[in-house]
Amino acid sequence: MEALLDIVSGVLLAAGSFFIIFGAHGLVRLPDMFARMHGAGVTDTLGAGLFIAGLMIQGGFTLVTAKLFLILVFFFFASPTSSYALANAALSQGEKPWTWNSEDSNGDKDGTSSKT
Amino acid sequence: MMFAAATAALCVAMLLALLRACLGPTVYDRVLAVNSFGTKTVLMIAVLGFLAGRPDFMDIALLYALINFVGTIAVLKFFRYGDMARPGGRPAAKGGD
Amino acid sequence: MHAISLGLTLFATWLLLSGVYTPLFIFLGVLSCAIVVVIALRMEVIDRESHPVHLSMSLPGYWLWLGKEIVLANIDVTKRILSPGQAINPSVFRVKAGQDDELGKVIYANSITLTPGTVTIDIDDDDLVIHALSETSRDDLESGEMDRRVTALGDGA
Repeated sequence: MEALLDIVSGVLLAAGSFFIIFGAHGLVRLPDMFARMHGAGVTDTLGAGLFIAGLMIQGGFTLVTAKLFLILVFFFFASPTSSYALANAALSQGEKPWTWNSEDSNGDKDGTSSKT
Repeated sequence: MMFAAATAALCVAMLLALLRACLGPTVYDRVLAVNSFGTKTVLMIAVLGFLAGRPDFMDIALLYALINFVGTIAVLKFFRYGDMARPGGRPAAKGGD
Repeated sequence: MHAISLGLTLFATWLLLSGVYTPLFIFLGVLSCAIVVVIALRMEVIDRESHPVHLSMSLPGYWLWLGKEIVLANIDVTKRILSPGQAINPSVFRVKAGQDDELGKVIYANSITLTPGTVTIDIDDDDLVIHALSETSRDDLESGEMDRRVTALGDGA
């Protein structure tokens, strides 16, 4: 039983790490701020969720698990709020979302960001 | 062993987020990267608690999650309005008395 | 009713976080929760919107469905991040939020943001301005299933 739980939590931690790393990879790779938010979203939702689930299995039925659960719930409430605040602030300051046909119109911004 | 591997993975992801925070190019990219970095820090503190066998680290992780959220909102408000004293959002609907 | 529910929630959180269960500490916990509830009552911030108890029956089912959507959307976005070249086609468009109250709209907008691939960037009365990473996530949203489910959430109460 112990070994089984260890394996399950190991798999969850590995999957969580996978999504966290590639969410961060997206954060570096995607062309503009609005697209990068989707990359950060991967880290915030599934990455953190799987990771904390793995830790919760290790914690067993203790207060540690309850606290981890609270952290997870807080992530799921706070992450969309700060995403919206960020996107709305960027939009109101005149940031233009990158699209395929906006490439020539604001070349100065893409010159630094679309290096991938 | 498992926790050490998870910590290493988090370190890689944090380096990537830090790279984005340094590259910019706009201030919002940096805020986004720092916010993401904070999320990873929370997870890192939690996993370090297991690694060191000290379950009280979870309280610190929870607190850091709260600070990270409030910090992001505060920085955004500062960049948007130029100072922290003004009410944000809709013009004082409930304010006054 | 909202005040009682707020007090119970606060006390449950307090019990979970404290971990010390001597009579003195429990008394202090009850006291601090009562003070918070009194302050909240005086500030008049306890209402349907800030403390939606009427949703507590229908929310868990919606969360399960949302969780499934989040997993699927995550896998899609991760694939796009990993595929060589730029496999993305970002677009900005509007969807109509069919909910009549602000709480429903907030739940809808936050659910959209929580699903990777789509982010709500502005709210304009009944319209939500959405930034989508690809056509897949855009089509998912425009099929309107999430809108229907959030509307049903508010109507069920």
